[in-house]
Amino acid sequence: MASRVPCPHCGLRPKEEFTIKGAALPRPAPDAGEAAWIEYVYLRENPRGAYDEFWHHTSGCRRWLVVSRNTLTHDVYGARDVALGGETQP
Amino acid sequence: MSSYRLPSGGLVDRAASLAFTFDGKPMQGFAGDTLASALLANGQRLVGRSFKYHRPRGVLTAGAAEPNALVTIGTGGRTEPNTRATMQELYAGLEATSQNRWPSLAFDVGAVNGLLSPFLGAGFYYKTFMWPAGLWEKLYEPFIRKAAGLGRATYEADPDSYEKCWAHCDLLVVGAGVTGLAAALTAARSGARVIVADEHARAGGDLLSTTATLDGLAGPAYADAMLRELASHPEVQVLPRATVFGWYDGGVFGAVERVQKHVAAPDPRRPVERLWRIAARRAVLATGAEERPLVFGGNDIPGVMTAGAMRTYLNRHAVAPGRRAAVFTTNDSGYALAGDLERAGVEVAAVIDSRPDALAFPGLRARVIREAVVSDAHGGREIQAVDVWADGKRERIAVDSLAMAGGFNPVIALACQRGAKPRWSDAHGAFLAPDVDGLSLAGAAAGVTGLAACFESGVRQASAALSDLGFRPTPLATPVVEGDVVPAPAPPLWMIPGVKGKAFVDYQNDVHRADLDLAVREGYGHVELAKRYTTNGMATDQGKLSNVNAIGLLAKARGVSPGEVGTTTFRPFYTPVSFGALTGAHHGKHFQPVRKSPLHDWAARRGAVFVETGLWYRSSWFPRDGETTWRQSVDREVLNVRANVGLCDVSMLGKIEVCGPDAAEFLNRVYCNGFAKLPVGKARYGLMLREDGFIYDDGTTSRLAEDRYFMTTTTAYAAGVMTHLEFCAQALWPELDVRLASVTDQWAQMAVAGPKVREVLQRVVDEDLSNAAFPYLAARDVSLFGGRLRGRLFRISFSGELAYELAVPADYGESVADALMQAGEPFGIQPYGVEALGVLRIEKGHVTHNEINGTVVPADLGFARMVADKPDFVGKRMLSREALVAPGRPQLVGLVPLDPAASFRTGSHVLSKGAAATLENDQGYVTSTAFSPHVGSTIGLALVKNGASRHGEEVLVWNGLRNEMTTARLTSPVFVDPANEKLHA
Repeated sequence: MASRVPCPHCGLRPKEEFTIKGAALPRPAPDAGEAAWIEYVYLRENPRGAYDEFWHHTSGCRRWLVVSRNTLTHDVYGARDVALGGETQP
Repeated sequence: MSSYRLPSGGLVDRAASLAFTFDGKPMQGFAGDTLASALLANGQRLVGRSFKYHRPRGVLTAGAAEPNALVTIGTGGRTEPNTRATMQELYAGLEATSQNRWPSLAFDVGAVNGLLSPFLGAGFYYKTFMWPAGLWEKLYEPFIRKAAGLGRATYEADPDSYEKCWAHCDLLVVGAGVTGLAAALTAARSGARVIVADEHARAGGDLLSTTATLDGLAGPAYADAMLRELASHPEVQVLPRATVFGWYDGGVFGAVERVQKHVAAPDPRRPVERLWRIAARRAVLATGAEERPLVFGGNDIPGVMTAGAMRTYLNRHAVAPGRRAAVFTTNDSGYALAGDLERAGVEVAAVIDSRPDALAFPGLRARVIREAVVSDAHGGREIQAVDVWADGKRERIAVDSLAMAGGFNPVIALACQRGAKPRWSDAHGAFLAPDVDGLSLAGAAAGVTGLAACFESGVRQASAALSDLGFRPTPLATPVVEGDVVPAPAPPLWMIPGVKGKAFVDYQNDVHRADLDLAVREGYGHVELAKRYTTNGMATDQGKLSNVNAIGLLAKARGVSPGEVGTTTFRPFYTPVSFGALTGAHHGKHFQPVRKSPLHDWAARRGAVFVETGLWYRSSWFPRDGETTWRQSVDREVLNVRANVGLCDVSMLGKIEVCGPDAAEFLNRVYCNGFAKLPVGKARYGLMLREDGFIYDDGTTSRLAEDRYFMTTTTAYAAGVMTHLEFCAQALWPELDVRLASVTDQWAQMAVAGPKVREVLQRVVDEDLSNAAFPYLAARDVSLFGGRLRGRLFRISFSGELAYELAVPADYGESVADALMQAGEPFGIQPYGVEALGVLRIEKGHVTHNEINGTVVPADLGFARMVADKPDFVGKRMLSREALVAPGRPQLVGLVPLDPAASFRTGSHVLSKGAAATLENDQGYVTSTAFSPHVGSTIGLALVKNGASRHGEEVLVWNGLRNEMTTARLTSPVFVDPANEKLHA
C-alpha cells in the first residue's frame, strides 16, 4: 500500500484521505451476457504486480481516480481522473 | 553521594542534584543522568529479575537495546511498565519500581525456577503441559503467566495528551552521532530541508562518550558546535528524543518524539508524545552499531555489561563500574575502555583477548591475556570472579565488574523493514544492509569504524543523496581526530569453550546457548523455526543484542556460515511505541466526530433522551413527569401521533441535490424505479440497487425544478450513497451532465404527522395546504411566517398518518420547531423520538435497513412492480439471475403473537407449526419488532419463505439463544390503514 497517492487535482496526499473500491474494470453493457456480469461483479484477478484500481479522494476533491500501482513492490505509478481521462500522472 | 560517582568529569550537572526513588528507596542523581547511570552511581546494580528463571539482572547497555534494566516508571495513570532505565532521563521525583519479582527484588521466590531449569528449556510449553488438555487453561497458563513476565499495565486512564503530525524534508538523517551530524551539516550547508532525529535526549552519540579529540576539541564540544551550526539553518529541524521506528512506502518514516517523558509533571498544554510521519525524499541511516555480548556462563550477572556501555557510564556520566574490572574482548575496542578505566582510577585486573595476535597498547598497565576466553562469570546478585581459560588452563580472577567487547552489529533494522535482505560480510564480521529506494547507510551502521571514517562516510552518503536530488553538495572537511581507538574488524567469537553455567543469548527471554543447541538437535535449526522454538528475539527488544549471536551459534551448530543461516524478518516498530502515541487525539469523545442535528438543542430543551446512531446523536424519546419506563413515553408518543399530531427531527437523513440537464436520466439509472417522468413539484419513493441486484438504499426524491432534484437517503447510508452517486456520475456515465452536492447539514428537517397536522402547519405555511392544493406526494418550495422565511415542504409519510416533512435552513431549525410546537399546542402536538418513529413505521409495514439487509431484492419486500422496464439501471442485469427470481424466496410479512401478552424478539427464527428447530425447517427470521399500542401487542416484520401467500398461517417463533418459543400468526405487514386513507386525507 502506498503511503501517499498522487491525486491529479490535489497533489501527493496521504492514503488515509482515500477510499479504495477495487479493480478498475469497465462496466459491461446492460445486455452483456450473464458470464460478463458475474465476472464484473464477483471475480477479481488479485495479480502480483501492476494493478489499476478505482480510488475515491473521499476527504479531498471527491473525484474518482484510477490509481496504477504495484501490489508486490507497493510502487505507485500514478493516477488519473476517471472521468476526465488524460495521462496517468506520477 | 555514592561511592561509584567519580569526583569529576562527565556530562552531568553536579549543581543540579535530583532526588528519585527505586523500589521506594530514596536516591540521588544529577541532571544529565539516565535512570540507569543514576542507579549505577548509587551502587544499585541489581535492577530486575529475568523473565523465566527470575535471575538477578543489572544494566547491560547504555541504549535502546537494553534487555535487562526494565522498570516501571510513574504512578497512577502515568504508570509505564517495561521502561528501559538506559533510555529514561532522570528527573526530580522519579519513582521507579523493579519488575517480575515477589516478594522483593533481593529475595525473589520465583528464582526457584532456576533450579527447575532442566524442565524449562526451549519448547517446554509444548512438551511439559500437553496433558491433560483441560488443565491448560485452568492451571498451567495462569501459573506460567504469573511466573513469567514483565511489568503490569495500569487500569487507570492516561491523564496525558498525545498528538500526530506530518513533516516533509529533502533529507532525513536518522541518528545524530558523528556520522549523522556530518551528514546533516553537509545537507544543511547545501541548502536542503533536513530533519535529524535522534533517540537520545542529547545528540552526539559516541562523541559524548569518547576521549578522542576532533580538531583539538573534546567530543561533546565538537558535537555541540555542529548542533549550533545546524540550529542556525532555518530549514533544519533537529528532533531529540525521537525514535524513527519504521520505514513505510513512498519514503515515509514513522517517528515517536518523547516530548515530556522526562519531566515530573507534564505541561497539560503540550503532548507527552508526538507521532511524526516524515515524508523524506532521501534518507541517511546513521544509526550506529550495537556491541555484541559474548556468550559465556553467567554473562547476565549484574556487573557484566558491554564495553561500550561501561565506557559511556564512565566517561559521559562519570560513574565507575566498580573497583576492579576485567575486559573480555575480541577486538581492539576493549582496549579503549581499559585505558579509560585506568585513567579514571579503576583497577583493570585483566584484559582477556580471544585473539592470539593482539597488539600491545602502550601505556596500559593491565595484564593482557592473549588467546584466552572468559568461560564463566561467578556471583549471585553481583559478579565476584571470572574463570579465564588460556593455554588449556583455567584461572579464577576476582573482579567486581566485567566488560564484554564481542564486535559490532550495525543497526540496520530500518533499512530492512521493506523487504531488503541483510548480507553477511566476513570482512566486517557482521550483517550489512544494502542501500535501497533512496535510503543509504553511513558510518557504523554501514560497518565503518572510527570517528574520522564515520564522519567521512556521513558526508559522502549525504552528498550522494543531495546530488540525486539536484543539489550541489557542500562537503565538510574531515576534522583531525586524535586519541581514537579504531577497532579493525575481528572474527566473531560465537562458541566459547569450557562454559559451565548458563550462557545467555537472549537476555530478556532467558534463552541460553543450550536452548539453541536443542533447537538444532530437534530439527528446528532454521532461523525462523529456532526463533519460535526458543523465543530468541521475540521479546520487547526484538533481539537487538541476541539475534546475531543466535545466528552465529546456529551456524556453528549446523556447520554453515552465518550468511547461510540468514536473519529473521525485520518489521516495525524498532522500539516499542505507546498506544497513546499511535492513538494521538483520537480517544474518548474524540475517537470519532459527533454529529448533532440543528434541532439537537431544541430536543435537549424538551428533555430528550439521546441515542448514538453512527456519528449522530438522535432524540430517542421525550419522557414526561410520572413516566418511569421508556415504553411509557414511547407508547404515549405513538398514540399521540395516531390521535393528534407529533413532531420528529429527521434532519439526519442524508440529503443530496442532484442538478443538471441530465439529472433526470441520471436518477433513472441509479434507481430501479422510474424517475424520468416525475413531474416538477412531486416526490417519489425510490429504491437503489447494488450491481449484484440486491437493494442498497431507499428514500424519497423530489423534483424541485426541471433540472434540480432533492434526494433523501437513510441516515446510515448517507455517506455511502453520496460516494456511490459520485462513482456513477464520474466512472460509469461521465457523459451525463449532472452535478451532486451533499446538503445534509444545510437543512433542518421535521416530520410533522397526525390527523391534526394540516391545521398546525397551515398556521406556519403561507400556501394553501388543502388536499386539493397540496396533495399526497406534493413537494414544493414554500413561504413561511408571512414571507419571512422560505422552506421546502414534502407531503410524505413514514408513520402512515397524514404527514409532511418541512425543511428549513439549518440555522432556523430551532425557531421553526418552536413555532410549530406553539402552533400545535391547541391540537395536542408532542415531540416524538426515533423509538416512536420506529414503532410507527413497523405498524405501517415500512422497511428500514433491518429489512434492507443486503439479502433482499425488490420483489422480496413487495416492490416487484416498482422495478421499471428501462434500458439500464444499476443492478438491472443481475436482478434477473436465476436465484433472485426463483420461487421460495423470503418475502416480507407481518407477525403477531397468538397470545397478546406474549412477545418475540428481532432475530428469532420462524418455523412451521410443529416443526423441529432445525436448519432444514427454517422458514425465515424476524427483522423488526415493537410493542404496538395501536394493535395492543408485540408486532413484528419478518422475512419468510413465500411469506406473501401465507398470511393467516400459524407459526412458531423460536429464539435458540434465549430458548424462547412463541406461537404467532403471519399477517400482512401493514397493521395500520391498509387502504392508505389517512395518507390521502
